[in-house]
Amino acid sequence: MALGGLHLCKKCSFFLGVRKLCSDLQQSARFLHSANVQFSSIPQSTFAARPACGPAWPVGITGRFHKPPQTETWKVTVCQYSDTTGVTLAGRDNQQLPADPAQTGLISKQSLFGTLPLSDSQAPLLDLDGSPPLAPFEEISEEEAVQIHAAPALPTVSVSLGDYVDRSETLQQLLKLGVNLSKLEQRPNVGSMLLRLDFHADVKDRLLFLKDVGVGDSRLGTFITHNPFILTEGLENLRARATYLRSKKFSRESVATMVSKAPYLLNFSIERLDNRLNFYQQTLGLSTEKTRNLVVRLPGLLCRSLEPVKENLKVCELELGFRPNEIQHIVTAVPKVLTANKKKLTEIFNYVHNTMGIPHALITKFPQVFNSRLLRIRERHLFLQYLQRAQYDPAKPSYISLHCFVSLPDRVFCSDVAKATLEDFELFQKTL
Amino acid sequence: MRTPATRLYRSLEGLFAVYKPAGVHWKLVRDTVETNLLKGINSAPPPALRTQVKFLLQSGAGSEDHKEVTLRPVRLPVLADHPLVTGPEFQKLRVGVGHRLDVFSSGVFVLGVGNGNAKFKEMYERYNTRDYTLEGEFGRATDDFSHDGRVIERTTYDHITCDKLERVLATIQGANQKALLSYSNVDMRSQEAYELAVRGMLFPEGKTPPILTGLRCLDFQPPRFTLEVQCMNETQRYLRRLLHEVGLELRSSAVCVVIRRLRDGPFTLQEALTRQRWTLPDVAQAICQDHSIRRKRGKAFSQGAE
Repeated sequence: MALGGLHLCKKCSFFLGVRKLCSDLQQSARFLHSANVQFSSIPQSTFAARPACGPAWPVGITGRFHKPPQTETWKVTVCQYSDTTGVTLAGRDNQQLPADPAQTGLISKQSLFGTLPLSDSQAPLLDLDGSPPLAPFEEISEEEAVQIHAAPALPTVSVSLGDYVDRSETLQQLLKLGVNLSKLEQRPNVGSMLLRLDFHADVKDRLLFLKDVGVGDSRLGTFITHNPFILTEGLENLRARATYLRSKKFSRESVATMVSKAPYLLNFSIERLDNRLNFYQQTLGLSTEKTRNLVVRLPGLLCRSLEPVKENLKVCELELGFRPNEIQHIVTAVPKVLTANKKKLTEIFNYVHNTMGIPHALITKFPQVFNSRLLRIRERHLFLQYLQRAQYDPAKPSYISLHCFVSLPDRVFCSDVAKATLEDFELFQKTL
Repeated sequence: MRTPATRLYRSLEGLFAVYKPAGVHWKLVRDTVETNLLKGINSAPPPALRTQVKFLLQSGAGSEDHKEVTLRPVRLPVLADHPLVTGPEFQKLRVGVGHRLDVFSSGVFVLGVGNGNAKFKEMYERYNTRDYTLEGEFGRATDDFSHDGRVIERTTYDHITCDKLERVLATIQGANQKALLSYSNVDMRSQEAYELAVRGMLFPEGKTPPILTGLRCLDFQPPRFTLEVQCMNETQRYLRRLLHEVGLELRSSAVCVVIRRLRDGPFTLQEALTRQRWTLPDVAQAICQDHSIRRKRGKAFSQGAE
């Protein structure tokens, strides 16, 4: 929605189009779309249920704010209309205003918005052309004075959620959970989506559902940071998908691990999940138990597309020359091979097989070489070669297993495997 | 407000050298160093949240029908300052690069942080030489002069001896010495030229083509050989072509296997940081060391001038 432009979003035009909407709500919806509105705090109930108008919502952002303790008689505000869309408000209790002048006033404004239904006759209308009902120096009681809460206006359009977090309950609760709002606001439309959510109506139920599934309290924050769209997914769908996973004989803990590791998992339909599970079982030729283990280790397999996985399998079979049973073993030990970069996979294999001279069988035994970086493998191999300790054949003495070669941290590698100091290794790195 | 992160950010200013591994693009090195430094700076404890006085309505004591409504002042933290809302304090760091190394080469790679980037201009506009070690292999010629390029030609190399190689290197060095003198913009027959040459201050000024100020053979084991080169205004591709031309001069062909930079201006291998040391404390220490060396050099220079 344009700032200062008088365009209605679908939601508000829907509300305006609802018959028998009381006119103060119409006014409120119209105030919604005027720019430069100053407002007081907004009652928490939904649009349709609001007893009186709560004007001055910023354009483009709709959300729920803290309900102040005393809101039973909300003050209808009077707009000082100018030709521009600037609106200023003063507070006053509900009043029965003369219908006709207000009606004419409304109609003249309505023409700007296209066709709008006429208001009910009994609703109080504002006399826009007459003098304002509340004079600035009129005396009001102490109680009313205390309840006036004039806060600075929220910006109508902002690039940061920090402008709204002090007044939005949803954002404050998400912050308490540990959600990284600075990352979410960079994603397109996510910020507006979060502001539109109501904590008690939308967010709370889904958080409780996630707790039921088994995602730990401390992990809810990171979960929502990765996947904020779980808060807009239908609860019935989410429950159905969780039930589906349990029906496939995944234990409760497995489902919890899978959902924590792959936050987008429950956003996918049951057909898609089923399709992928079947694919992995058929292509890899694994038993149901092993497929389940594979998917629990890397639940991202169920979220991503299958084309890269098919290509990686082809690469393993044709370029790298592994047999099907070897591929099965590698994939069950290191599932990441299925989603790894093909170029890096071939480079590592090329170095390990051709330069280091390690045969297929031995690589199959230690598939974690595919997890590490080529630079690391190269430096360590050249260091061992320089020290004349590069012996990778298990049949011969002083054999160095690929597991020690790849998985140990530098300090332990230098002291135990290479029998040298870390400083020697660094000096050697500078000669490469 | 000077937070600990701001202090760290401001104190990080100067030049330091890293050791670039072969097979890695220089931009990746620069980005990795920048990311690691930012991680270190942003890990400093964040400042306490600002507080704001808010007035909350509360119904005070009073009779049942008429409850008094009062305002209660409460000091609450401003959540807009929370680190999860604002994000990391620093998201960009000015890390500049000195003379670049291509993907094939490895060696000393000078980087600058913050206001230290201004020192590059001074370093590279003056007379500045670099040391390289080139390892070549006789018998092949490729399209990009390196050992993993497309092979264009294969030749024999049995006739090559160390003696012949050194003779070729001497010819090349002679030609480069002439170029060095001619680009120094000083009349060779003048007294000024003699005095500059005596002091060792005769060197090229301004833009020149690549010039080798020193060239010698370190190791010769056919087909492999190693040369040490001191040069200025060079590119790594020029050095690979140099090896190719050495091969051609010896009536054979050669490709380059390894290019290693040992020194870039005042930065040597000793000061260069390896991959494991591309972190904030090590880089800060390297910058401090560079500052102290410069100060000592400045003092020595000013004392020498006196």
